[in-house]
Amino acid sequence: MDFTLKIWRQENASSKGSFKTYPLKDVSPEMSFLEMLDYLNNQLISKGEEPVTFEHDCREGICGTCGLYINGRPHGPARNTTTCELHMREFKDGATIVVEPWRASAFPVIKDLAVDRSSFERIMQAGGFVNVNVGTAPDANAIPIGKLIADKVFDAATCIGCGACVAACKNSSAMLFAAAKIAQYAMIPQGQVEAKERVDKMVKQMDAEGFGFCSNTYGCEFDCPKGISVDFIALMNREFFSSKVCKHKE
Amino acid sequence: MLKLDSKIPEGPIAEKWSRYKTGLRLVNPANKKKIDIIVVGTGLAGAGAASALGELGYNVKAFCFQDSPRRAHSVAAQGGTNAAKNYKNDNDSIYRLFHDMIKGGDYRAREANVYRAAEVSNDVIDHFTAMGVPFARDYGGSLDTRSFGGVQVSRTFYAKGQTGQQCLLGTYSSLSRQIGKGTVKMFPRRDMLDVVIVDGKARGIITRHLITGELERHSAHAVVLATGGYGTVFYLSTLGLGSNASAAWSAYKKGAAFANPSFIQIHPTSIPVLNDYQCKLTLMSESLRNDGRVWVPKAKGDKRHPNEIPEEERDYYLERRYPAFGNLVPRDVASRAAKERCDAGYGAGETGLSVYLDFKDAIAKQGKKAIQDKYGNLFEMYEKITGILPYNEPMRIYPAGHYTMGGLWVDYNLMTTIPGLYAIGESNFSDHGANRLGASSLMQCSGDGYFILPNTISDYLADDIRTGKIPTDLPAFEEAEKSVKERIQRIKAVKGKQTASSFHKRLGKILWDHCGMRRDEKGLKEGMVLLDKLEEEFWSDICIPGSEKDFNQELEKALKVADFFEVGRLMCEDALQREESCGAHFREEHQTETGEAKRDDANFAYVAAWEYQGPKAKPKLHKEDLKFEFVELKERSYK
Repeated sequence: MDFTLKIWRQENASSKGSFKTYPLKDVSPEMSFLEMLDYLNNQLISKGEEPVTFEHDCREGICGTCGLYINGRPHGPARNTTTCELHMREFKDGATIVVEPWRASAFPVIKDLAVDRSSFERIMQAGGFVNVNVGTAPDANAIPIGKLIADKVFDAATCIGCGACVAACKNSSAMLFAAAKIAQYAMIPQGQVEAKERVDKMVKQMDAEGFGFCSNTYGCEFDCPKGISVDFIALMNREFFSSKVCKHKE
Repeated sequence: MLKLDSKIPEGPIAEKWSRYKTGLRLVNPANKKKIDIIVVGTGLAGAGAASALGELGYNVKAFCFQDSPRRAHSVAAQGGTNAAKNYKNDNDSIYRLFHDMIKGGDYRAREANVYRAAEVSNDVIDHFTAMGVPFARDYGGSLDTRSFGGVQVSRTFYAKGQTGQQCLLGTYSSLSRQIGKGTVKMFPRRDMLDVVIVDGKARGIITRHLITGELERHSAHAVVLATGGYGTVFYLSTLGLGSNASAAWSAYKKGAAFANPSFIQIHPTSIPVLNDYQCKLTLMSESLRNDGRVWVPKAKGDKRHPNEIPEEERDYYLERRYPAFGNLVPRDVASRAAKERCDAGYGAGETGLSVYLDFKDAIAKQGKKAIQDKYGNLFEMYEKITGILPYNEPMRIYPAGHYTMGGLWVDYNLMTTIPGLYAIGESNFSDHGANRLGASSLMQCSGDGYFILPNTISDYLADDIRTGKIPTDLPAFEEAEKSVKERIQRIKAVKGKQTASSFHKRLGKILWDHCGMRRDEKGLKEGMVLLDKLEEEFWSDICIPGSEKDFNQELEKALKVADFFEVGRLMCEDALQREESCGAHFREEHQTETGEAKRDDANFAYVAAWEYQGPKAKPKLHKEDLKFEFVELKERSYK
């Protein structure tokens, strides 16, 4: 297969980037999207050019490191698929493929296709946990949780923190990311004690990082590689309002 | 002169840890604030240790090469994590878990360490649950378990096929909590390139900031390595591409003994290589062999579509060779048998490096629905990667490097042979012997990080309450930084033509062929010669574009590959000296008449710990004899 790649190149955070066009021949349909980029980089290196910087690690869709904006969609055209799981057979021979980094002011570009997602870290540090120290846990079966709830909790917990939800959103909102974590803890007894403080602190941090608000287009759910439901955003909003009604003290 | 002192406490096996713990010295809360601890790696072991130490009040500095601790490779573990809870009332116990691990490890692990890992497994499950890790549950709300890896009890706790992800995210949340509180300072996007030894003690590390390229000095009173295994040495493996040996290797070169480097688990059911640019193999759960039948064509080089090959022209080689166990033979046997068929020219697919795993008969017998219920999500995953739906034609599978049982030698305190330098999780050698039992890696990593290290390290740190901050302008830091800088300059100065990945690929192939599933003296010696030659070529033709003072992924790769040459050589050296077959280590010269592994307890019931003797010099072998007081040594038989 042959492709024309239009790839965003940017030297560093402060420089101005631009698209560069690379024709690429003899791509195997068996290649994953990232293997195709490896293949391109090999050619660039042998020509003495600098390879395209992009981030990746597990290459099996679970670590959340990779994330490219491909033809206007986070992680490309296939649903419930991360960039590393996307294969070239999804594209038509001869197609032009546009590759960009995540675009959001809270995810500044570091170089080429790599972005800084440390804003997600700070949201987690603000309250994305249960306050329990090592050694204080009761027996694991002392806290029964029904299977149906447990399965729903799992659906929320399956977020890989890739940032596709932000990239998909016209407001660059991180609500699906934050909601998945807030909902995971809001639905189980272990998370109840500090549920009100948690939602308050995480939402506050989300705002401070410059993420936008939700305007219910559901683009995040559509492009989430793990298919996380926007229902959790509704749950987060409910938690948030109830935290305000309860007027808890910080 | 290196001396191995395992510090295994006296007493009955069930009381060793609790008695020993009581005798360990403490650091009082006011003094903990004066103590700095470096933790390198933020997988289950590292993030667990960092958060537990932070909770205790130490100043912790945690490092990872990823942009976030949540991406450490523990995230990819699938099956589950064992605990001896006996929730199923199937007469499980700590002793049984201990016994299964010792036996599964083919009697090459330390009894006391393994028993302790089994003992704290229950605390690990309690802690995960309290942190909100969503393990599978039954309708009554209790935690569900399944049996795994051929044991007779049901003790594996799981969260669908994503147990590693859920355990890691739980641990990551506890780490995030400590970062928010300020007890842990997080340094992401750092590669650790050297450990700094001051007056014989580990007192710091040299890191490279992966975005700016800056070399940094970090000091502490103790250094904990939780840097994972070295399975990526094979290039193609089930591991994340960033996983590497360099941090542990720098410790080895500074005097820490490296134990049993040749013990590497090869998993039989991974999706095979599909194209020449592939650099990663994805695992398919082993459970598929319960219903799938493994075969290759009877004719060499038969390139027909599998559905066009009639029944009588198929060789169900596992059923043929192992009529008693058939497709359910243990991992090592299944892996070796697949390799044998492919090497002989019977392999399937374009590359000839795969075998078929066929569900045709199972579907005919049980119906498509039943197979879908059992394996639906795995079939989908397979389709995503290969484009083929295994309901219609057989899957193709091939063995892949998966887990390293070997690692830095540690004593009962999890301290390496360098005082103040600890190794936990997969980076140490201690709990899995020559073969790891399924669902015991998450368990061991979390046990080490949360429950063992925080206790043992205080005994060492009790001597440091008056030491004060370790300055980073000491000569030892200067020297370490200088040697790292010189190494980077040397590798950059080559200005050759070949990429780091292309060398890595060739290096991996040499090891796979000569120090993989089957080894013999001739092959190992040849492998070492080939490694030397390739290493020479590397140092004269490696190409690294861009600057070292920038985000430079090619430089990162090249530095890792440079270490893998040395790792590979030590693997061969270790495999060569071990004149027996045990667990994942199979020497052609040592097999029974029917081709089974032949262990030699009289001569090889020891841990092989290697001491670095300088570049190109033959490393020195030290032996720690393994004493089995509580388990009887038996032959592992599948008949």
